Parts: sequence; C-alpha cells; structure tokens
Amino acid sequence: MIAEPEIVLEARNITKRFPGVVANEHVSLTLRRGEVLALLGENGAGKTTLMNILYGLYHQDEGEVLIRGEPVRIGGPSDAIRRGVGMVHQHFMLVPVFTVAENIILGAETGRGPFLDLNVARQRIRELSQRYRLDVDPDAYVKDLSVGQQQRVEIIKALYRNADILILDEPTAVLTPQETEELFAIIRSLTAQGASVIFISHKLKEVLAIADRIMVLRRGRVVGETTPREATERSLAEMMVGRSVMLEVEKGEAHPAAPVLVLDQVTVLDDRGQQVVNGVSLEVHAGEILGIAGVQGNGQTELVEAITGLRPVRSGRVLINGRDVTNASPRRISETGCAHVPEDRQEDGLVLTYSVADNLVLNTYYAPPFAHGIVRDDRAILEHANLLIEKYDVRTPSPLTLVSALSGGNKQKVIIARELSRKGRLLIAAQPTRGIDVGSIEFIHQQIVAERDRGAAVLLVSAELDEIMALSDRIAVMYHGRIAATLPAASATREELGLLMAGAQPLNAAGESPMDGRAPVNVQQRGI
Amino acid sequence: MQITERMARPSAARIPWVTIGVWSGLAILVLVAYARAPLATTAVLTSTIRQSTPIILGALAGIMCERSGVINIGIEGMMLIAAFLGFLFNVWTGDLLLATLGALLVGAAVGAFHALMSITLKVDQIIAGTVINILAVGLTGYFYQQGLTTRGKWSSVSIPLLADIPVVGPVFFSNPPITFASLILIVVVHVLLFRTAWGLRTRAVGEHPAAADTVGIAVNRVRYINVIIGGMLAGLAGAFLTLESVGSFERNMTNGRGFVSLAVMIFGKWTPFGAWGGSLLFGFANALQSQIQFLKNQLPPWLAWIGDLPPQFIGMLPYVLTIAVLAGFVGRARPPAAIGKVYQKE
Repeated sequence: MIAEPEIVLEARNITKRFPGVVANEHVSLTLRRGEVLALLGENGAGKTTLMNILYGLYHQDEGEVLIRGEPVRIGGPSDAIRRGVGMVHQHFMLVPVFTVAENIILGAETGRGPFLDLNVARQRIRELSQRYRLDVDPDAYVKDLSVGQQQRVEIIKALYRNADILILDEPTAVLTPQETEELFAIIRSLTAQGASVIFISHKLKEVLAIADRIMVLRRGRVVGETTPREATERSLAEMMVGRSVMLEVEKGEAHPAAPVLVLDQVTVLDDRGQQVVNGVSLEVHAGEILGIAGVQGNGQTELVEAITGLRPVRSGRVLINGRDVTNASPRRISETGCAHVPEDRQEDGLVLTYSVADNLVLNTYYAPPFAHGIVRDDRAILEHANLLIEKYDVRTPSPLTLVSALSGGNKQKVIIARELSRKGRLLIAAQPTRGIDVGSIEFIHQQIVAERDRGAAVLLVSAELDEIMALSDRIAVMYHGRIAATLPAASATREELGLLMAGAQPLNAAGESPMDGRAPVNVQQRGI
Repeated sequence: MQITERMARPSAARIPWVTIGVWSGLAILVLVAYARAPLATTAVLTSTIRQSTPIILGALAGIMCERSGVINIGIEGMMLIAAFLGFLFNVWTGDLLLATLGALLVGAAVGAFHALMSITLKVDQIIAGTVINILAVGLTGYFYQQGLTTRGKWSSVSIPLLADIPVVGPVFFSNPPITFASLILIVVVHVLLFRTAWGLRTRAVGEHPAAADTVGIAVNRVRYINVIIGGMLAGLAGAFLTLESVGSFERNMTNGRGFVSLAVMIFGKWTPFGAWGGSLLFGFANALQSQIQFLKNQLPPWLAWIGDLPPQFIGMLPYVLTIAVLAGFVGRARPPAAIGKVYQKE
C-alpha cells in the first residue's frame, strides 16, 4: 500500500442556515490530492450551498474550512482563487460577448500597467489547452461556442488561476453523452497531474464512472460515504432518496391500436431560417410510447414545437385523431386532446410568477368549471389544485405558493399534473426528466407508462438514451432533421442507437430510407 | 472543433468599412463645399464641433454608466446642475479653471447620488435618473438670480502651425479648452473601455455581473466608480455651456442636450467613436440651421426656397434628424445585457 496522498481541502462541521431552512447541517468533508470526490444528492440537498461556501460566495454560520491543513476564512471568491480553489458553476459564468481569452483573464488581467495584453494570456491558454487536452480557440467569442466548449473555457479559467482544487457543479447536466465522455477524459487528465476535483451530480452512472470516493448528502446532512467499488446504482439511489427506488421502469406489453398522431413529410425551420426538420413522417399509435432518440440539435426541439403549434410547419401535414391540425393554434391543438410537457419548463411550461394553482389551469382556465363567462372561479381552481397536488405528489407548502419557489422536480410535477389530468389522447413529452432528482424521475416515468396503459399515444423526446430505452416501445432515431431509422425497443441496443445517432446508415435499411417513403419506416428485419 | 490560429482580433470592433466609406464621402463633400464657399464651410464645420461638444461629453457620460450596467437618463439634470454651479463658482471666484473643476466635482457628486440611489438603495434606475432631472430643473430655477455677471468665459486657444492648416486647422486645432478636452476624452474613454483591465471589468460587470463576482471583482464598487466618472463627464458638458459656450446661465439651458446625448450613445452602439459620429451629425445639423438663418439672403438661387421657410422649421432640423437617425438608421443596437438590473448575491 502506498501512503494516502495529503489532504488538500477539509470542511469541518459546516452549518449554513437560510431563512426557514437549514441548507447544511454539520457537514464535514475531506478531499485528497489527485482524487475525484463525488458529491451526490438530490436537488435541494445542499450540495451547491456547501460548494458556494468553499468558494466564498456564502459564509458558513458554523464550522471551519482548512486548505492544506491551514484554517482559512474565505471572505469571497478572490480568497478562494488565491488559495487555489476554482469552481465551474452549473450556469456558466462567462460573458457571451467577450472572447474566450477575455473571459479567462477577467479579474486576473495581464498587461503593461493598466493596459491589456492578450498575447501573454493567449500563450498560456494554448499551453493549458495542450496540457489538459482542452481544445478552445482563445479568440472565439463565447456566444459562438457549444455548451461543451463553454465548459472547457470555464475549466481553463480556473486552471489559469492556478487552481488545483476544482469544484464542478453539475457539470454534465447540460452535456450530450459524447461531451460527458470528453469531460471525464479531461477530469482524469487533471487528477493525473495532481489536481483534486469535487464532482457534484445527481446522476448515479456518472458518479460511479468518475469518482474515487462518493459522499451522499440528503436534506443538508451527510448520509454516507462510499466508493464506486462498494456501491451500486441501487444502493446510491437509496442513500440519496432515503428509501428504495425503482431504477428500472416497470411496464407490461404495449397494445398499440389506431394511430393518434400522424406526421406526413413535415419540414420545419429554426429561428435562423435553416430547415432543421427535413420531411419527417411518423405515426404514434394509441397505447404505445414512441421515443425519439438523438443528439440535441438534430431538429427534435423544432419538431415538437411544430406539432404543438408553437412553430410554423413549412410543409407537410400534422394529423391528430385524424384531424388536420397543421399550423393550428396551440389552443386548438391542445383542445384536440394533445398534452404537452415542454422541453424548457421554466420558459414554456410554467409562468414562474404565478401560483401553483394558477399554473395547474394554464390551458383550461377559460372554460368551466374554472371560469363562468369572463369571471374565474377561484374555488374551483383551488379545489382542482388541491386534488392534483395530492394525486401527483407535488411538494409545495400551499397551492398558492409561487411556482418559482418549488424545486425542479416539483415544478415538473406541476406540469405533468396539469397535462396528464386532462386525460388526452396524445402526450408529447420533451426531456421530461432533465435536471431533476431520482425520486421525481421515478414518479414521472411511472406516470408516462400509466398514460400509455390508459390508451394514450405517447411521443417521448429525450437526450438521455437510458430514458428512451427504458420507456419506449418503439425508438425513432433523429439525425440531421430526418428519422434515420425506427426500431422496436425490445431488440435495440445502445451501440446500435449510438451509431444511428452519430449518423451511421441503418442496417438492412437501404431501400427504406424515410426520405423516399411517405409512410413511417420500421427497420424490423434486422437479425435478432 | 479545430483550433484555428487566427490573427489577433481586436475586441472592440472589426474594421468598420461602412464608417470609413461614409467619412471619406463626407470629406469629399467638405472639399467641394470649401472650394465654392470657403468661409461659410469653415464656419459651419467649426460650429459643428462646438455644437457637438456637450453632446459627446454627455454621451461619454452615458457610455461609462451604461457599460457598467447602470442606466443614466439623468444626464440632462447632471449637466444642468453642473452648468449652474459652475457658473456660480465663476461668479464668486472669477477663476475659470476653479469654476470648471468645481463643475466637475458637482458632476461627480450628482453621479454619486445616482449611484447611491440605483446601486445601494436599489431604486429603479429610470426613476433615479428622472429624480435628478426634475431636481435639476427645480433647484437651478429656484436659486437662479438674474443679473449675475462674470468676468468672461474660456476663449479659443490655437495650436501653433497645426491651426494654420486650411479647414482642418480652424476646425480642430483652434478651440477653447473644454472642446479640446472633449476630443481627447473620446480617445481616452475608448482606450479605457477596450484596452485596459478596468474597461474589461467594467464591461463584464455590465454584461454578466455574476461572472465578474465569481472571479473576485467587486461589482458594485466598479459600478459606483463608473457612474461617478460618468457624472464628471456630464459635469464637464455643463461647464461647457456656462463657462465656454454662452458665458452665463439661463433657466433650463441644457434644452434637451442630455437626452440627445442618450440618443447619440445608442446610435453609437455604446462606443465612444460611434457616439462621436452621432454627435457630429447633430452638431452639423445645428450648425447648418444657424448658418442658413444667418445667410438667408446669400443662398444660391436653387436653394432660395429654403430661405423662405419659417425659421421654426429650420430650427427643427437637428431634432428631426435625431429622430430620423434613431428610428431609421440605428438598426439593432444591443445594450449591455445587465443594464438596469441591481446586482445582488443570491
């Protein structure tokens, strides 16, 4: 056995209270040189609060922080930076209209006297890029970079300040599976060169893949510490949620019936006028879940918006229940029995400054029983809210609480409750579990399967391949605005889907490319 | 993604070919006009610079504030208060330099007041600016006494040799001190914003204060300092009016110049040189209308109809031009992203 590496960061008995809640209660943590410590916990468990304390954005009410054995008072981010602590925030702290180099040197400018000299910075950025394989162009504008590239800029920003303790707050929440792999390679190269990393996440697979040690937080307390070798997804999920959790979705045989949603050669433009959906034809039948897999940005978002009336259909037809709803208003589409769980719940799913009760009637408020003529019926709205809060397990202090005060998972439950309680014939769910905790994911998955079993047609769009595979009966892979192939979920493999998502030609599907047929194509003759 | 080894790109702007084209066109026009009517042309151009001086100073004040994320619609009021007190300092001390410095300090004080309201007290920034504008009209009007006299105003200084160049000489190198200062300040503010660490921080604070905070920049301190600097620039614009241009104070003598400054700032997309272009346009329209009224009877026959227009219409020229420019030619101007928002740590 080699001696354990030195402890570079230690937090002892940290307590932090906010009005009404204890965000951290006697939390202690140690971080050794060259290791990846994963901090696992649901949303609101206090992970980010703890990290913000270590980075000087908050101050603990009790407890102390030691860096390299020395007790320190971190008065602000500049203290943390000076002591070698760097943090990559969940929402990137980059100025979009600045170049990469400008963002990196901000606050630690190089130059002669007061004047900037970006050349010195460019040189160092290139060195760091090469050393840790963090490819970025120092002169590119941040607003032109992909999310994965912006994250690299954030990491370089910390390294540029000589950080050797790196806090990554939910770094994979916004990344594609490929970008996540690249990030893991970067993290490994960082720790190999002596840096220590605190990796915050609520994704079990990732934590098991990258961590050396795992610390689990629940409701502000440390509930356990383990290593990937000892832990399983199931045991981690239990620690995190505090009860046993179903990780696999239980679902029986699908009984598909008549088609409910029919897309016929639909093309759609994006905001910049580019055609991003190129003649998609699909059928979703009652009683089945059709999952659309694909790397973000292959037209899924625009397709869903076009079906739900939020974006014009350029050509082609959209039929729901046999009725042509191409370019109909969102309300008309909603009234045909189409429920929509939008991709961006903050922006499109909820009015954040409204109460939970009002958000629960956002698409039904104008009709009885919630309105009589132009007068709304507050009592009916409140009763409805109480009913749904109960049934869909929305954790809110009251139906009149502003929805903005709820956690991500509970916000999503509000949307799910609103959309599913209408008992429509079609459910369109886009990224239904993005960024929410395991407990809520389990619940939402059950609800989606229940919709199917009730006889609704479900169109599921998700960037999480696991989710697509767990829920779908059939899987359509979208690539460059086209349906590359449609496979039965039972026999589809990760590898095959991954290849299709990356643009490979489907096996045995030469004559059935969806571009020439008007009917949706099933690639079912693969050898099983 | 590949790394492309590109040439260093300046962060302020790429080469503005359109601007270069417009200015070369204007230069040719000036040469033609000079060949036909040298005196009138020089007079119009000299007057253009003078008329544009308070506008560009006001616009620079706005740029400093707004680049750091604080809206300042109180420039008009800042100018007026500084013009008034600068004038009083001149009455009391008889020293133009002291009076000008006094106006600068007054501007700084009003700027600090604006910062206090909009940063510390978190008053809505539009309201804070309006408070200053209303206060300025009320206070200066109330305390103003007629019949105060001074021992003069700043007079022109000619830079030897350079001032003898035809057209360019009298226009750029023979001016009173505040006009010279305004020309220099355009360059200074540009360099400050786009070539210094302070400028990078200022712009970061105006675009994404949380990002600046996480790298250890004291967001509100940066804002305070920039708003105070902005106040001083507005103060200098006020000093120009009473200590250099007119030489005395009149009620409400800023006459909307502070608001024109804001328009010009937006026209210039929050850049000093862009704003200067807008100021010159406004100054030119102003100079032109006074020359037209002055030379009514000497216009060439094909322009004689202009002389017959009511003078009020010709007097509207600069303002109509401002509206047209703002409405039509600006295109999409993108203000600093965090403008008008109080920064609070969560």
